[in-house]
Amino acid sequence: MKNSKNLYLKKISVVMAILLTTVISCERELSEDAVFAEFGSNAEIYTDAPVGLTDQFFTSFDPNQGANTQGFGTDNNEAYLGSSSIRIDVPQPNDPDGGFIGGIFLDRGQGRNLTGYDALTFWAKGSTTAIIEAGFGTDFSEDKFVVGTKNVVLSTDWRKIIIPIPDESKLIQEKGMFLFSAGTQSTGGVGYTFWMDELKFEKLGTIAQPRPSIFNGEDVVQTAFLGAPVPVTGLTETFNLGSGVNQTVNVAPSYFTFKSSDTNIALVSERGVVTIVGIGSAVITASINGVPAEGSLTVNSGGNFDLAPTPTRDPGTVISIYSDHYTNVPVDFYNGFWEPFQTTESADFIANGDNILGYTNFNFVGNQFANPTVDATVKSNLHLNMYIPDNIPANLDFLISVVDFGADGVDGGTDDLRQQIFFNSSDFVADEWSTLEIPLTLANRSHIGLIIYENVNGSPLTDFYLDNIYFYE
Amino acid sequence: MKNKTNTKKGLVKAAFMSFIVVLFLTTTNCSSDGTQIVANFTEIVMQDEFNTEGAPNNALWTYDVGTGDNGWGNNELQYYTDRTENVKVENGYLLITANEEEYNGSSYTSSRLLTNGLFDQQYGRFEARIRLPYGQGMWPAFWLLGENCDEVIWPQCGEIDIMEYRGQEPTKVHGSVHGPGYSGGEAITKTYTLENDRFDTGFHVFGIEWTPDYINYYVDDKLYNQITPADVTGEWVFNQPFYIIINLAVGGSFVGSPNAETVFPQTMLIDYVRVYKN
Repeated sequence: MKNSKNLYLKKISVVMAILLTTVISCERELSEDAVFAEFGSNAEIYTDAPVGLTDQFFTSFDPNQGANTQGFGTDNNEAYLGSSSIRIDVPQPNDPDGGFIGGIFLDRGQGRNLTGYDALTFWAKGSTTAIIEAGFGTDFSEDKFVVGTKNVVLSTDWRKIIIPIPDESKLIQEKGMFLFSAGTQSTGGVGYTFWMDELKFEKLGTIAQPRPSIFNGEDVVQTAFLGAPVPVTGLTETFNLGSGVNQTVNVAPSYFTFKSSDTNIALVSERGVVTIVGIGSAVITASINGVPAEGSLTVNSGGNFDLAPTPTRDPGTVISIYSDHYTNVPVDFYNGFWEPFQTTESADFIANGDNILGYTNFNFVGNQFANPTVDATVKSNLHLNMYIPDNIPANLDFLISVVDFGADGVDGGTDDLRQQIFFNSSDFVADEWSTLEIPLTLANRSHIGLIIYENVNGSPLTDFYLDNIYFYE
Repeated sequence: MKNKTNTKKGLVKAAFMSFIVVLFLTTTNCSSDGTQIVANFTEIVMQDEFNTEGAPNNALWTYDVGTGDNGWGNNELQYYTDRTENVKVENGYLLITANEEEYNGSSYTSSRLLTNGLFDQQYGRFEARIRLPYGQGMWPAFWLLGENCDEVIWPQCGEIDIMEYRGQEPTKVHGSVHGPGYSGGEAITKTYTLENDRFDTGFHVFGIEWTPDYINYYVDDKLYNQITPADVTGEWVFNQPFYIIINLAVGGSFVGSPNAETVFPQTMLIDYVRVYKN
């Protein structure tokens, strides 16, 4: 310990010497007191006790979103090395204290300098085989340099887990030391326990062959409009570990350097959002630490985005779910991200001050407004505007379902009613807003809580926009 | 748990003690007390620094082309060619590239260079500085075959594998000899593992020092094995000239086939090949 401190001092004196030289050659002199801010580079996060973490040690995800704060602790009867480990009891989905467990460990100071390391590593063991999520870089504040994988495989013996750092030079002051999240998706709803030990950053020297990608390696072509930003998604990097195994991690945009082939048409922010600024085509590419990413986005900008027709109905006769022209009722979500079968991602945007729901990678998606449900007894119709960019698939088979939750007000149960309305390619024109007026035929519509949109019978629609979703008399 | 900790401490202590012993032995060996002699061959007799762009020097290198018998005896999957797609000298390196392509009935192509009939030598120091490829199914090698292998059936003619490597084990190389009674799976072999580094991210020197009494194997400045006539379970067939082979095989019994995660193309870069005597 003493030795390493001395080395550290030596390093500082070298830095000071360089600083001094620089100062001499500078016209405008730095004060002699000037010292670069350096943050600690402690590698350890948990060995037999938390190392340099906040007093609370574990900061849970939001219990209001179902995170269970009861299952976190340490265990003096299990350890990979030393005398204790972190013990996580993963709850069943219907546990009253919350159906999953997860959260982060934060550095207790201003953050650590992790530039000397190439991976986060820990040892893990489960009471059963299961799959959990783990990573680092999440601090519940900036969340700038987040890296993680949802595919950490637990064994019933101790296994070393390695999460590579995409570009260590970015991590000069990182607070988010660790993140984990665990549910029972991989165990069919059966709760289990897992242990983690020797959690730390390491310089392994065997993390190699980095292969970054955007849009999951696909070359995507997309129509885009002025004022309608397009997020760069599917950001990953695959590394070959010393064991020869490939490890793919999800990587935050801030690790990437993005490039637009024509900055008169499209710009990309550091956070990976493409903004359209002109008419024409531009290709968005990316790299990490000089390594070009697989995949690209070609945006074809057609200029201004035409807004949906402005609604003219009397606000007093309308119950609005999504519109800038009416006051919307409380909505739980416009995209429930229903796992594991849903692929639909949201790409909502604002065009000329008007909010528009965007869906991409579509298979099905729902808008839920169950708290409280909507009493549409006196409403005769559902209105919505829908826009399909680029082209209308010839075999489009698009189903909208309006779901009444019944007297119990709960999705599911025995009293739900569902109205189904089908649309085909003749109902839409590409790159134009269609107005869908749907007469409500539900016998009982006093507890409507959900509208579901889905491709049926092999319909291949991938992208569409929605606006002005409301019930009216 | 306490028990476990104690056991671990005990193990660490034992490991430390044996480390001290090994250290002592190594130190002793280096000062050459006769148990392991390190010969120093210093007179260079052949070298290819690969400084001329284009095809490799045809006064020194020839090629095995095709699939041989049964994938060169190892169920290898590649078709060897001498095309520039598979072999060329560029920027001071010899590049041997394995491609995934349909070619004359094979799904992969690559290259195999040899000095058979152009250069061979008995004893000496043979070394090459190489950066290896990676991925399941990649099997690069730098090796020697007895100059009489065209007349005498292998393994009687002898084989010295200076370096073999499995792309799915990027930190390990293997050094072996094959001869009568100790060939194939029964070869006399030893594995060398690189610590905190790997063979596909930088160049490493692979070499042997070969005398009538032993073959010493080294990686960079680390001597990791010595094979003597007493170590082999058959006749010592290494008292005759051997020629050099450098190749990048795809698939085969030693590595298994590439899988969906194997990235193509893969290139083996050779900075130099040097042979010394005396």
